[in-house]
Amino acid sequence: MNCEEAEVLLHALIDGELDAGHARDVESQVAGCPRCAAALKDYREMSKVIAEADVRYKAPLELRRRIETALPQPRAVPNRRAVLRGFAMGSAVSALAATGLVAIVLRNDDMERIQSEVVSAHLRSLQAGHLTDVISTDQHTVKPWFNGKLDVSPPVIDLTAQGFTLIGGRLDYVDARAIGAVVYRRRQHVINLFVAQTASTERRAAGIETVQGFNIRHWSDRGLNYWAVSDLAKDELAEFGDKFESAMKGGTAG
Amino acid sequence: MPVKASDDDPEKARRFREAALPFLDDVYTLARYLLRDAADAEDAAQECYLRAFKHFDSYRGPAMKPWLFAILRNVCRAEYARRATTPTSAIEDVPESAEQPPLWHEAQETPEAQLLRRWDSDTVRRLIATLAEPFRETFVLREIQNLSYRQIADVAEVPVGTVMSRLARARAMLRSAWMAQEEQPK
Repeated sequence: MNCEEAEVLLHALIDGELDAGHARDVESQVAGCPRCAAALKDYREMSKVIAEADVRYKAPLELRRRIETALPQPRAVPNRRAVLRGFAMGSAVSALAATGLVAIVLRNDDMERIQSEVVSAHLRSLQAGHLTDVISTDQHTVKPWFNGKLDVSPPVIDLTAQGFTLIGGRLDYVDARAIGAVVYRRRQHVINLFVAQTASTERRAAGIETVQGFNIRHWSDRGLNYWAVSDLAKDELAEFGDKFESAMKGGTAG
Repeated sequence: MPVKASDDDPEKARRFREAALPFLDDVYTLARYLLRDAADAEDAAQECYLRAFKHFDSYRGPAMKPWLFAILRNVCRAEYARRATTPTSAIEDVPESAEQPPLWHEAQETPEAQLLRRWDSDTVRRLIATLAEPFRETFVLREIQNLSYRQIADVAEVPVGTVMSRLARARAMLRSAWMAQEEQPK
C-alpha cells in the first residue's frame, strides 16, 4: 500500500468500514509513514471534535406542528361510512392489509429492539461504577447536570417522600442516540428512568411489559418518551410511574 | 410547495407518525446542511414528510432514516433547480468559493493536534457549509447522521467507492481549513 491509497482507506479505517485484513494493511502503512500517521491522528481528532461540538439542528416546534397538521389525524374513530367504504373497496382492501402487515411487523421489531436496548442499558448501568455520572439526591443538582449534554434535559423529580429515592443521573446510549437516564432506588432495587425526545406531542398512556425478566413501564407525555426499567415487581413499578406522572402534573420537576 | 396529504387512513397515519416523526430533527438537520437556509430547510422537511407519507405503503425498510433522507434529497434537488432559475435566491448569500479565505491549501505537518479542540459548533457548521455540495452531503451523512458507507451510497445514488473518495476529499478540506484557521492570529 502507498500513501495515495492510504489517503482514502484511512477514512474507512476510522469509520470501522474495513475488514480485518485491510485494516491491518492500513495500520501497517500508517506505522511506517509519519505523514499518514499525522493525517490519521488529525482525522480521528476532528471526528471527535465534531461529535462533541453538537452541530445538529433541532426542528422548530412550529415545523413539527405544521407537519402534524398536514398529515391525516391518527386514531380517528372508525365511523359507519368508513366501514361501509371498506366493503365497497373489495380486493383493494386485501392489498392494503398486506402492506399494513409488513409495516406492523417492522414497527414491532423496532419497538422490541428499543425495549431490549433499554434493558441492556439498564444491565450495563448495574455493573460496578456505571450507575451514575452525577450522584445526588438533590433534583436541583441532577437536573442542571444534564443541561448542554442532551437536546432535551429529562425532568428530574425527587420522589423520596413517595418511597423512591433519587440517586443521580447518567448519560446513556439507546437506539444510536444519547439519552438521559435518571436513577432511583427503592430498597435494593434500582430504577432507571430513560427519557428521550419523541416527535409526537400527544400523550400516550402507560403500559408495562416484561423483557428478559425486567419490567418496563413505557409512556409518552409532552413530547417525551419515558421508559422506567427495573427488577421491581410490576405493581411497584406502576406505582413509581404513577407517582412520577402525578408529580409532573403538579409541576414539581426540578 | 407543500401540499396537504389527502390519504385519510387513520391507521396508516398512526403507523407513519410513529415510524417517521422521531427522525424529524435528523431530516431537518440534513436539510439545513444541504440547503444552507433555515426557511427553505423547513419547507423541504415538510415536503419530505408529506411525500414520505404518500409513499409509505411501498416502504419496505430496512431503515427509516436513510429512506427519509433519500426522499429529502430529491426534494432538495428540486429546490436547487428552482434556485438555479432564481438568481436572487438565498443561496447566493453563501458563495461557494468567493469571499472565502483560501481554505484548501496543503495541510502543514504540525504534530500537535490539540488546538483543534477550539472549534465550537458555529465554527464547525460554518466550515461544513463551505464544502461543495457533493462533499458536504457525504460528510454530513457520515459524520453527523452516522450512516454507513452503504447507506450513504444508497441515499446519494452513487457507488460506495465514490462515497469513500468524497469523504476523503471533504475531510481533507476540513483538515486544511483547520490548519488555516490555526495560522490566523486570534
